[in-house]
Amino acid sequence: MTQPGERLIQPGAYNEMVMGNTAVVRAMVETQTRVVSSYPGSPTPEIAAAIRTISEEKRPFYFEFSVNEKVASEVAFGAALNGNLSCVFFKSVGLNVAMDTFVQFGLMNIPGGLVVVIGDDPGANSSQNEQDNRHIFKMARLTVFEPASPREVYGYYKKAAQLARIEQTAAVLRLTTHVCHARQKVSFDAYEPGENIFNADFDKANGPYIPITNLAIDLKRKSFHKLTRAAEFIRQEGLNTLDQGGSEENIGIIVPGMPYLSLKDVLALDDGFSPDILKLGVVHPLDFEVIKPFLQSHDTVLILEELDDIIEQQIKAFAQDEGISAKILGKTCDEDFIGEYTPDKVHDILFRIWPDRFVTAPVDVIPGIEVPARPAQMCPGCGHRSAFQAIKKALAKTDITVADIGCHTLGFLPPYEMGEVLMCMGASSGMASGLSLGNKDRRVVAFLGDSTFFHAGIPGIINTLFNRHNITLIIMENGTTAMTGHQDHAGGTIPVKEVLKGLGVEHVFSCDTYQQEVLTRQVTEAMNIDGLSVVIASHPCMLKFTRAQSKKPGYTRRHVNIDAAVCTRVHECVAVFGCPSFVLNDDGSVAVNKDLCIGDGSCRQVCPEQAIQY
Amino acid sequence: MKEFNIYITGVGGQGIGLLSQALLQAIDHAGLDAVAVDTHGLAQRGGVVASRIRFGEQVYSPLTMKHRSDLVLAMEIHEALRGVNTAVKDSGALVYLDVSWQPLPVRISGEKPMTNDDISKTCHARQVQVFRVESHKIPDPRMQNMAVLGTLAGHGLVRGVEKNHYLSALEAVLPEKIREANINLFESYMSV
Repeated sequence: MTQPGERLIQPGAYNEMVMGNTAVVRAMVETQTRVVSSYPGSPTPEIAAAIRTISEEKRPFYFEFSVNEKVASEVAFGAALNGNLSCVFFKSVGLNVAMDTFVQFGLMNIPGGLVVVIGDDPGANSSQNEQDNRHIFKMARLTVFEPASPREVYGYYKKAAQLARIEQTAAVLRLTTHVCHARQKVSFDAYEPGENIFNADFDKANGPYIPITNLAIDLKRKSFHKLTRAAEFIRQEGLNTLDQGGSEENIGIIVPGMPYLSLKDVLALDDGFSPDILKLGVVHPLDFEVIKPFLQSHDTVLILEELDDIIEQQIKAFAQDEGISAKILGKTCDEDFIGEYTPDKVHDILFRIWPDRFVTAPVDVIPGIEVPARPAQMCPGCGHRSAFQAIKKALAKTDITVADIGCHTLGFLPPYEMGEVLMCMGASSGMASGLSLGNKDRRVVAFLGDSTFFHAGIPGIINTLFNRHNITLIIMENGTTAMTGHQDHAGGTIPVKEVLKGLGVEHVFSCDTYQQEVLTRQVTEAMNIDGLSVVIASHPCMLKFTRAQSKKPGYTRRHVNIDAAVCTRVHECVAVFGCPSFVLNDDGSVAVNKDLCIGDGSCRQVCPEQAIQY
Repeated sequence: MKEFNIYITGVGGQGIGLLSQALLQAIDHAGLDAVAVDTHGLAQRGGVVASRIRFGEQVYSPLTMKHRSDLVLAMEIHEALRGVNTAVKDSGALVYLDVSWQPLPVRISGEKPMTNDDISKTCHARQVQVFRVESHKIPDPRMQNMAVLGTLAGHGLVRGVEKNHYLSALEAVLPEKIREANINLFESYMSV
């Protein structure tokens, strides 16, 4: 059997059970996308994982993890100006970082075509909010394809690429978390491998590319024309589809993306209620030539839309203008704007509107014996755990700790409770600076990951220096982008310490976090310095390290033991250090879960009795 | 069959992904058109993870509805009970591995850990069939998921999926180095 990466580039047709994120990559190959860029963030990093199953020599396109989403967007845009079909992909809130560049895409003539793949996160599964990026896509006047399944992800990417090329524009493929991660058997088409040549055809005559004053206005005018033609393309390609119901009730439902699947599941619960469904494959621009007759031919139409009421508002306004008499139902309460439209949620909504149409009522969770919650935790051996254990000792109770994005964010949870406010990537130094103003009694400590340092952390640090803010910044350095699956970052070639030196930071301390006493001392010293002091608290990501070790020949797993004769049950290991490998028995004794312990021994220094031994 | 829903749960780091992938492949090899979804991202760091697999004539979303799962597979005691409390249908089935990965609130705020007894009582009350896989009998903890898969295959808990489908799926998803040992263990559980 061939390897997955080999199959992704094979010219012949095949079918395979794949994740939505993998289906994107086969579509990239078939459409001869030439340049792909990204910054890792859930729910999209498995697109990169699939790309990396294709060896670099055989990969028919250039791929890079850029330093952040904005730069990634610029790289893809630049490559597309040269006439190469390009793609940039990243997560929902990554669009906030990319915004300055992204909003210009609709104005620009992009000869190669550009596909922007964005993983929105309804339900905020792995993000700091569940923002609905369709607002932004609408503002940028871009066409937005919204697939519901891996099969559609594959098909819609190809359509988006086609439109982007024809109109020399950017098109958006909007995925959501469970579309990215859904698995399904997809039939992939055959394709003719191209010559894999990079074009370098930039010509300013394709522009204008300097959008200032009246030129920006002209470009805006053109963006409307592109959108009108996009609506025609959508109609010709039949991307909005009618799903004829069987009943005579004269009810219609308009629904895009994954909520369509939820709706179909809910309607399958009972026989007898089968309204007509207009499934929107493209959520912007709306094709009113299809929507208008649908509204006219039903007495009642429900707009079933996840997150915000963007389609609903447009359709209601359209119906008002056209004097359409159908009753249009949409969101009626705050909860309708919140969370993923899972089958359960859609069942609740439909049952609320048409209770008499359902035999099967929504069920509640059956109250059984209450199971203790299981919050996410830092892994056994994680260097961040040792760091928090050590840093806490250097802080007064009244000091303020500011978190940032990364695995170390989990420090906010008990038993550490370090990092009391979190905003977004790289925001910690700036927030900490504000918290330090006029604040004589409470010292402020900010945390920042090493990938985040390069992504968005540097401007905040420069500001701290330039405006002489009094904070201590602790870089939680683990040498990777751990939370999203261990992607490399700029720190591998440009050491954080050298950057800080170059910026002129005078007080930089560094140590391995397993040296807890040293770290406590360094943080104590750093916090006594007036102005910016930085402590680089390093330890390699132990999940990544242990995985690599376990693949080496002769690897044997180690673990620690508790010497019951020495243990005085102070529980520093289990309740303060809090490594998940420790088990607290009913009688108060402590044991070690051998399946979990990696034998790193970072816990041994926390036991006042030295009861933790190999 | 209108729908058959499987809910697979455990703790991030337990290798739920491989179990769900092998089962999905087996269902695919049986000629059934299935959809599935796994948990990725933050929860993989020691939190609750869940995979869902669905097939049948009227199956659309990969997400399962509350209490409509025919089968719950759990790799851990607390998550087994959580799966029963949220996912399994009355008179459905639970296959679980009896290891305990103690949740944080048990260690730091004195909450009560779950036991095998809690699981059997709850399942009995709702006519859920229980298959307990005893972890201490499995020679290598890295093959725990094979014991769970073998148990469900041996009892024919997934309708329409036969032994040869499981075996060909394991051939496809397991790396060569560990394939033989894993398949041997799977077969030993299948014939119990």
